[in-house]
Amino acid sequence: MTNRFRGSSFISAVLAASFIFTGLAHGAKDELLGAGATFPYPLYSKMFDVYHKKTGVEINYQSIGSGGGIRQLQNQTVDFGATDAFMNEEELKKSSEILHIPTCLGAVVITYNIPGSPQLRMSSDVVADIYLGKINTWNDPRIQKLNPDTKLPKMKIVLVHRSDGSGTTFIFTDYLSKVSENWKSKVGRGKSVKWPTGLGAKGNEGVSGLVKQLPGSIGYCELAYTIQNKMPRAVLKNAAGNFVEPTLESTSNAAAGKIPPDTRVSLTNTDAEQGYPIAGFTWIILYREQNYGSRNKEHAQTLVDMLWWMTHEGQKFTKPLDYAPLPQPAVDAAESILKDVTYNGKTVLK
Amino acid sequence: MNAALTQNSPVHDTVVEEADARAVVEGRSSSQPEPPARGRFETGESVFRTILWASAIGMVVLLGGILLTLIIQSFPAIKEFGLAFVYSTNWDPVAGEFGALPFLAGTLITSFLAIIISTPFSLAISLFLGEYFREGFLSSFMRSMIELLAGIPSVIYGFWALFYLVPLIRSFQMQFNIPPYGVGILAASAILAVMIIPYSASIAREVISMVPWGLKEAAYSLGSTRFEVVKKIVIPYARSGIFAGMILALGRALGETMAVTMVIGNRNRLTFDIFSPANTMASVIANEFTEATGDLYLASLIEIGLLLFVVSMITNIIGKEVIKRLSRN
Repeated sequence: MTNRFRGSSFISAVLAASFIFTGLAHGAKDELLGAGATFPYPLYSKMFDVYHKKTGVEINYQSIGSGGGIRQLQNQTVDFGATDAFMNEEELKKSSEILHIPTCLGAVVITYNIPGSPQLRMSSDVVADIYLGKINTWNDPRIQKLNPDTKLPKMKIVLVHRSDGSGTTFIFTDYLSKVSENWKSKVGRGKSVKWPTGLGAKGNEGVSGLVKQLPGSIGYCELAYTIQNKMPRAVLKNAAGNFVEPTLESTSNAAAGKIPPDTRVSLTNTDAEQGYPIAGFTWIILYREQNYGSRNKEHAQTLVDMLWWMTHEGQKFTKPLDYAPLPQPAVDAAESILKDVTYNGKTVLK
Repeated sequence: MNAALTQNSPVHDTVVEEADARAVVEGRSSSQPEPPARGRFETGESVFRTILWASAIGMVVLLGGILLTLIIQSFPAIKEFGLAFVYSTNWDPVAGEFGALPFLAGTLITSFLAIIISTPFSLAISLFLGEYFREGFLSSFMRSMIELLAGIPSVIYGFWALFYLVPLIRSFQMQFNIPPYGVGILAASAILAVMIIPYSASIAREVISMVPWGLKEAAYSLGSTRFEVVKKIVIPYARSGIFAGMILALGRALGETMAVTMVIGNRNRLTFDIFSPANTMASVIANEFTEATGDLYLASLIEIGLLLFVVSMITNIIGKEVIKRLSRN
């Protein structure tokens, strides 16, 4: 009888202790919620996994698209959003102040399917006129002039673009709007635009799949995707007049110039000497004043610490996953923005 | 007899129980037992009735709710563009101008083309299984195969179309000097046709197998050949059911998203050329909804959803009317 009693009290003591410990562990280790861009998802899931093992902070990130990320942050259902296109003034006006933290860079690459897959050189006006439908054969003198040593086929150019709204399209059309007045007035920039011509395909995999199937086609894809799938990539002439191959280095170089303090800048058609011209930041967005909803100071602290880690130590995970790391000026900018994050008006970062 | 048949023509179910079919043929009034009138059966009866009422009314409320939500959510676009939304061909998210005609036309063209392509096949299949080979292992095996086709996820149809059908159409286009895109209205209609065959075929088979023996035997006794029996007795007798199957299949084709998106070429322009890329209502919603920022853009996409809802409703109502006329004559 006593034995049995002892046994059961022992078990209940263990149970009670374990409840207390799990309770403590849960209270101490916070959970962060985020949602947004699909483009940096592989990088973020790697970073968040490492960060979880390191600090115990669990980060739940839903890659629902940049637009969704912005909406979720505006509805205050997440701690941070993520977007490939910075929020415009009109969107920013809708809520209290939102900050943009750059986390890495991406680039858009022009890929094509012509016999022999030669590496082609292209200039901005040629790219714009191809996408406007003005240059419609591969052996057009303007393409030939840039590639004197390549025998270009006498084939019709079939244009392929993204059919789904995407940050990739935004960066690409942003570039075209900057380099071509004609494009700017006729089409403009956006995640979805009114394409003058061409075929639409869903996602990077859709575009690359269609380009691989269609002889004579040209399309645009994310850099990481083209590296992983070993697709032909056009070398582009940048604003400084240099022909730059799309690589992680040349993408990082695009941000080597001056960056505005809020980092809300389009890096396309960069002035940087060795910068690849169709590149852009991807951002994490959060509220400047963290005391909203029922959030406590520790929660805000956890969030800011995590973002600090992502823009510093976390950067070492970019290259292995084919993302371009932030150059020093961008890291500096991120630091000063993170120092601006407040809780009840007081700086969160220690 | 004929009226009883149409009342029970399985407009909403793909698979109709054999027993039901037989009950229809034999006339069902005689076999229904009278319900007990008193005692505890009565409470059971009333509970059962309430459940039936509740689910029936629930369905209507749900339908109304969906329609209402779509109208409320798309109100900014309705206010901004009015009726022009339906006939404008301009879809420009950058300028904030939206018109749905290219998608409306795309949906209608692909769906009706799919019906035209699939009908000869589904009719042949249903005659084969409903008239020529009604019983036996081969018949039941083929029947379940066709029903299995209805269960394949549409993304798999899309893949198959992209890797097999599109190159096939492309090689055809190259021979005839048409721009060899491969993807486009024809590819989308062809894959839709394959996807909807099980729907129209299984319903048509059901009604064809319900054609009374007496009529057929009478025709045989007058010296008709089998082909003549099929042409003069079976098809005219079953025509309302066959048509009902086509309407159900059309409904499926109108709303199909994934497979169509993968092979239609997603060009937001109005076109009537079957070799040219186009877009449909369901496909543009699937493509652009996730990244749509701006209230007007979002509302316009939802208005396309509303339009799709209305189009499906109209085709269904017209279909029902035609079925009624067919069975009256």
